[in-house]
Amino acid sequence: MIHSLFLINSSGDIFLEKHWKSVVSRSVCDYFFEAQERATEAENVPPVIPTPHHYLLSVYRHKIFFVAVIQTEVPPLFVIEFLHRVVDTFQDYFGVCSEPVIKDNVVVVYEVLEEMLDNGFPLATESNILKELIKPPTILRTVVNTITGSTNVGDQLPTGQLSVVPWRRTGVKYTNNEAYFDVIEEIDAIIDKSGSTITAEIQGVIDACVKLTGMPDLTLSFMNPRLLDDVSFHPCVRFKRWESERILSFIPPDGNFRLLSYHVSAQNLVAIPVYVKHNISFRDSSSLGRFEITVGPKQTMGKAIEGVIVTSQMPKGVLNMSLTPSQGVHTFDPVTKMLSWDVGKINPQKLPSLKGTMSLQAGASKPDENPTINLQFKIQQLAISGLKVNRLDMYGEKYKPFKGIKYMTKAGKFQVRT
Amino acid sequence: MSTNSFAYNEQSGGGEAAELGQEATSTISPSSAFGLFSSDMKKNEDLKQMLESNKDSAKLDAMKRIVGMVARGKNASELFPAVVKNVASKNIEIKKLVYVYLVRYAEEQQDLALLSISTFQRALKDPNQLIRASALRVLSSIRVPIIVPIMMLAIKEASADLSPYVRKNAAHAIQKLYSLDPEQKEMLIEVIEKLLKDKSTLVAGSVVMAFEEVCPDRIDLIHKNYRKLCNLLVDVEEWGQVVIIHMLTRYARTQFVSPWKEDNGPEDNEKDFYESDEEQKERIGQRKKPYAMDPDHRLLIRNTKPLLQSRNAAVVMAVAQLYWHIAPKSEAGIISKSLVRLLRSNREVQYIVLQNIATMSIQRKGMFEPYLKSFYVRSTDPTMIKTLKLEILTNLANEANISTLLREFQTYVKSQDKQFAAATIQTIGRCATNISEVTDTCLNGLVCLLSNRDEIVVAESVVVIKKLLQTQPAQHAEIIKHMAKLLDSITVPVARASILWLIGENCERVPKIAPDVLRKMAKTFTGEDDLVKLQILNLGAKLYLTNSKQTKLLTQYILNLGKYDQNYDIRDRTRFIRQLIVPNEKSGALSKYAKKIFLAQKPAPLLESPFKDRDHFQLGTLSHTLNTKATGYLELSNWPEVAPDPSVRNVEVIELAKEWIPAGKTKKETPSKKFYSESEEEDGSSDSSSGSGSGSGEDDEEGDSSEDSSEDSSSGSESEVDNRKTAKKSSTNKGKSDYEDGEKENENSKTSDSSNAESSSVEESSSESESASESESEPEFRKVTKGKERKARQDGKPVAKDVSLLDLDDFNPVSTPVVLPTPVLSPSSIADLRDLNLSASSPVISVSSPVFVPMTSHELLHRMSGKGLAAHYSFPRQPCIFSDKMVSVQITLNNTTDRKIENIHIEEKKLPAGMQMHVFNPIESLEPEGSITVSMGIDFCDSTQTASFQLCTKDDCFSVNIQPPVGELLLPVALSEKDFKKEQGWLTGMNEASAVVTVAPQNSPPSVIRQKVVNVANLGVVPSGQDSIHRFAAKTVHSGSLMLVTVELKEGSTAQLIINTEKTVIGSVLLRELKPVLSQG
Repeated sequence: MIHSLFLINSSGDIFLEKHWKSVVSRSVCDYFFEAQERATEAENVPPVIPTPHHYLLSVYRHKIFFVAVIQTEVPPLFVIEFLHRVVDTFQDYFGVCSEPVIKDNVVVVYEVLEEMLDNGFPLATESNILKELIKPPTILRTVVNTITGSTNVGDQLPTGQLSVVPWRRTGVKYTNNEAYFDVIEEIDAIIDKSGSTITAEIQGVIDACVKLTGMPDLTLSFMNPRLLDDVSFHPCVRFKRWESERILSFIPPDGNFRLLSYHVSAQNLVAIPVYVKHNISFRDSSSLGRFEITVGPKQTMGKAIEGVIVTSQMPKGVLNMSLTPSQGVHTFDPVTKMLSWDVGKINPQKLPSLKGTMSLQAGASKPDENPTINLQFKIQQLAISGLKVNRLDMYGEKYKPFKGIKYMTKAGKFQVRT
Repeated sequence: MSTNSFAYNEQSGGGEAAELGQEATSTISPSSAFGLFSSDMKKNEDLKQMLESNKDSAKLDAMKRIVGMVARGKNASELFPAVVKNVASKNIEIKKLVYVYLVRYAEEQQDLALLSISTFQRALKDPNQLIRASALRVLSSIRVPIIVPIMMLAIKEASADLSPYVRKNAAHAIQKLYSLDPEQKEMLIEVIEKLLKDKSTLVAGSVVMAFEEVCPDRIDLIHKNYRKLCNLLVDVEEWGQVVIIHMLTRYARTQFVSPWKEDNGPEDNEKDFYESDEEQKERIGQRKKPYAMDPDHRLLIRNTKPLLQSRNAAVVMAVAQLYWHIAPKSEAGIISKSLVRLLRSNREVQYIVLQNIATMSIQRKGMFEPYLKSFYVRSTDPTMIKTLKLEILTNLANEANISTLLREFQTYVKSQDKQFAAATIQTIGRCATNISEVTDTCLNGLVCLLSNRDEIVVAESVVVIKKLLQTQPAQHAEIIKHMAKLLDSITVPVARASILWLIGENCERVPKIAPDVLRKMAKTFTGEDDLVKLQILNLGAKLYLTNSKQTKLLTQYILNLGKYDQNYDIRDRTRFIRQLIVPNEKSGALSKYAKKIFLAQKPAPLLESPFKDRDHFQLGTLSHTLNTKATGYLELSNWPEVAPDPSVRNVEVIELAKEWIPAGKTKKETPSKKFYSESEEEDGSSDSSSGSGSGSGEDDEEGDSSEDSSEDSSSGSESEVDNRKTAKKSSTNKGKSDYEDGEKENENSKTSDSSNAESSSVEESSSESESASESESEPEFRKVTKGKERKARQDGKPVAKDVSLLDLDDFNPVSTPVVLPTPVLSPSSIADLRDLNLSASSPVISVSSPVFVPMTSHELLHRMSGKGLAAHYSFPRQPCIFSDKMVSVQITLNNTTDRKIENIHIEEKKLPAGMQMHVFNPIESLEPEGSITVSMGIDFCDSTQTASFQLCTKDDCFSVNIQPPVGELLLPVALSEKDFKKEQGWLTGMNEASAVVTVAPQNSPPSVIRQKVVNVANLGVVPSGQDSIHRFAAKTVHSGSLMLVTVELKEGSTAQLIINTEKTVIGSVLLRELKPVLSQG
């Protein structure tokens, strides 16, 4: 399966390599660099690159390419999904996954990689298990280890590895038992020029942070489970129970995890919480263009819209923009032609707007297309689909946990065509 | 942290010059400056010193730095000798890092690597399963051909390990060994076969992986495990699921008949299918097909369905391809929703999933039509995603949605991403050809695009229009004229060539323009691209043939230019055309047909999806993504015309029979099992009476019932954990104890059969007997069950039925369990739990050191009768060094005379049958008043029979005999309380001897009791949770049978003394001996 792994930074340096079978020379990455050059942008590097003797499968995250070298047929998603899991694990261990952090913790990274794959086949990918095998570095533990000479490496097989609940470690103890669930919904939408919705979907996730002692068995029920059209579960969720009763019943892993991701059926009309009024015009004759956008709330169920950021990729012909926002700050990068306006909170009484002129390249013809506006926003305390958690119960343990549920709606891929 | 950054400074010096150079160029490493100062040699010396030091912290530091070097791809091989010394380090982190290093460099330094092997061999026997597993991992990762036999041995042993984790690692090691030495294939297949039978979910994925790598063609190994794999699937870890699903897809394609046979009708028919609602679909399907799906086929489809909800994209994709390749077409629809969900994932996942959807959407549009809008392109998508989405949109376009799609395409055409805009234009062209209603609309739209400012867009439009016009004969003279005008402005060669070709082809429709175009082209001929030049030649030739008056000179001019062109293709074409069209004396017969040749009706090009031909690759594979066969791609075979014998998958039933029959516990059946077996029986009998006509219907029913049961069992596993635990436990235990009983019986028979040859280790004997019993008992039961199965499977052949009927009568009492649909009944997690049990309480029976060695010695020869030579014997309670079936005996010889006794030796052994004796070496002389102790070994064959022999000196011979107390025929073993109870549970009934004794008051404290008991017999003390119960365990020296002693103190100073052992004789003797010990003061 996975033969070797190379970590390559954005400037094209291989800063980590690991081999699970015999050593593959790093020159194999030359093919990757070639493809990278051809693609111009990192995003466009094809995830699968065939070379005469190997296949290179890569993922690009946190400005790092994780390139896996494969020699024989293997489901490509298998490798890609695994690489993503590696990134997630690093993030889990070190908080962030970046080149300096990986370099600083190269030994732990190596030990973790060693446990994750054996002969190229995944061995332990569950973070709870890995953390028992190799403890994540903390400042306290580093100090303790230097004094006592103890190590970061566990010498017992994690019990989870053999149990029916491999995702949970045993012997968990907390003084404060708490379980938090965040229901986060993202609206993916394409709005056309006239403001009508072309397509809109709601994708939601329930992220949990569970810190409970022992082996708690939780059930979570919804007021309106019918809303959920398509779901995917963390392995801990009992599928049959969901099928028959629409109840999430599970023994949670310890710590942070994604319990559920769901899709709200497309039949339901999606409430679009914001609107954008825009007036962007280029004129053939003059080298100036007019630019004006206003953002306002639409169907917000009385909640405030926060964290609004408007970005737009301007056409190549735009040299510069002189704009004045009514609130927030804006930037325009003349090199990448990226306009970004950090609006902040929308005040319904005084709608934020951004007005001004664009200076265009002299002599160049006017761009065919007006730029697309991408929108980000957040609405606290609201799940736009109307999904509501009914109750959360715990069985199997005696104490009373603190339970918290938070709702949030965010913009996913929210685009306004102009 | 600080040590790490320090390490970095040092490392960068370690590389070769080239790497240093590279290092220096990258601005982000300030360390390179340091690195340049410290020379290679010095630094490595420093590391070596640290490794030699006796402080663990220094070693650890050094190892961390070395691993850092390895990680950055620096060569650290010269440190090999220094590192390998630390392989046996006590510190587990150092050890792990040494392993990492060793695996990396062992291939380069094979000789030195061998030094470490013995460490791993030792670690393979470690009681800690993690250490056993990691030793196996490293040992098998060291790619040194010399150790292949050692690896093979280790794999074989590990595959029988009690820990499923170690067995999992063994499965991985199989692949490693195979890649190192493919000649071991046969042996490895044996191990794979064994591991495939493993019921642990942990092992399943890894062993299937090994199977795929080593012997993917040995599909016969899967038969017996097919149902088990299907049922375990949900509980297997996600990576294993992917591998198993892919393998089972291939399997299903070879073993079942096609479920789509009737579906191969026209496309429309299929569309109806999807639009109709579920039930109707079902009904149509039922009515249409006389085909009945094999229940095993159904089992696979059903058991994979929940996995569509997996969070792992690879699993979802694997299930999707399984449904695509083996499910009835009417059921494959459910995968689309899950696949669309994956589109929310990372760009790489999107890329692969979209590719697969593209292939699917060509064949079955209906599947993805409801999700049309999910494929709308966003300006932020990477280009490769955009083009794939476009591809899918094109595939999904039909009369109903084309207008919406065209509106969407309009936005795309204006995209700033020109590559994408060009792709959109092609898409529009394809839609136009596929859907005749919109051809004109599309064409008009494309013509509008001709006035676009962007050249790429225009060029692409021209090319597409050319193709469209070709399919649409005539009436478009206007467009052609418009395009002819474009020739002045457009520079893209493909577009120019396309326009010229169009004009040439339609030169009769635009008689005025065509010659003019040729004139213009003649002027610019030399500066044109080769592609355009060829088309100019073509245009000239065509005009020459249709309108030679106006264009004769022009054409000849062009032909002359072409004759001296630099490109040989053009020269060649020129020559060819000249010969064809210009009449001269040499012109052959062909020139008559020149017009026909040049102005023939040309078939319109088919605008096809690039994904059209990808469907011959299995979806979700690398080969599919690349559209070429990747190394190691396994072809998905076509459905067989006739399904191979389905009964090959029934083998597990036999295993059950084996478990049940020897135990003779048919009464112990759980009610549910009984229910199934009965219904099954009825099924069979009704079938046999009703004749062959109802065969297929019956089949269906059976399939359903078995599915239901599987549902039940898995729903059980989903239910609350508490319930599950208890319920499962009890069922597991039941199943287990039955099984173990059978095993024990086998063991018994085995040991009694071949007691001489038997080795003493319990582990070994049990595993041996297991395999023996398998090989011995299977054929017999197979005979019994074969008939049954044939019957249960309703083959509909009257002859077979008759036979089976008879069989049924004959074997009725035993047959009930035989017909059980076990594989379906055995719920996935039971196996899991069982493994848990096994691993948690693995009865590792190892000999422990004696608790107490009594000093008592027995007289062998009195000095009076021995003429001054006195001999005593005692039992040191140590395992005998001569043979592990012997009891060691120490003999102390004393010379009580005043002269030397010479040549003391043993003669004339008179031993009962089977007993053996290892004598001591003759003693040359024993000084007066001297004493010597020698040891010898006697195999008492677990009996208290006397060993008689003669003790001789130089002058005399004395007959002596040794009778062992029963307590000395034992060796203590270490058992946990749990294991003890479990073992005891199997040794009940006949194997149990008990008595009640009155305990003397001074004997009641626990320590005293223990002391008393171990004084009499060589027993190991089992730690006990209760004060009133004392447990002791030992095994007999000869046969290794367990001897379990329990002393339970009751009120009123009585005690229950229980002895459990297979060696009932010794047991009762021991009981007799222990009784007085406890009751006396």
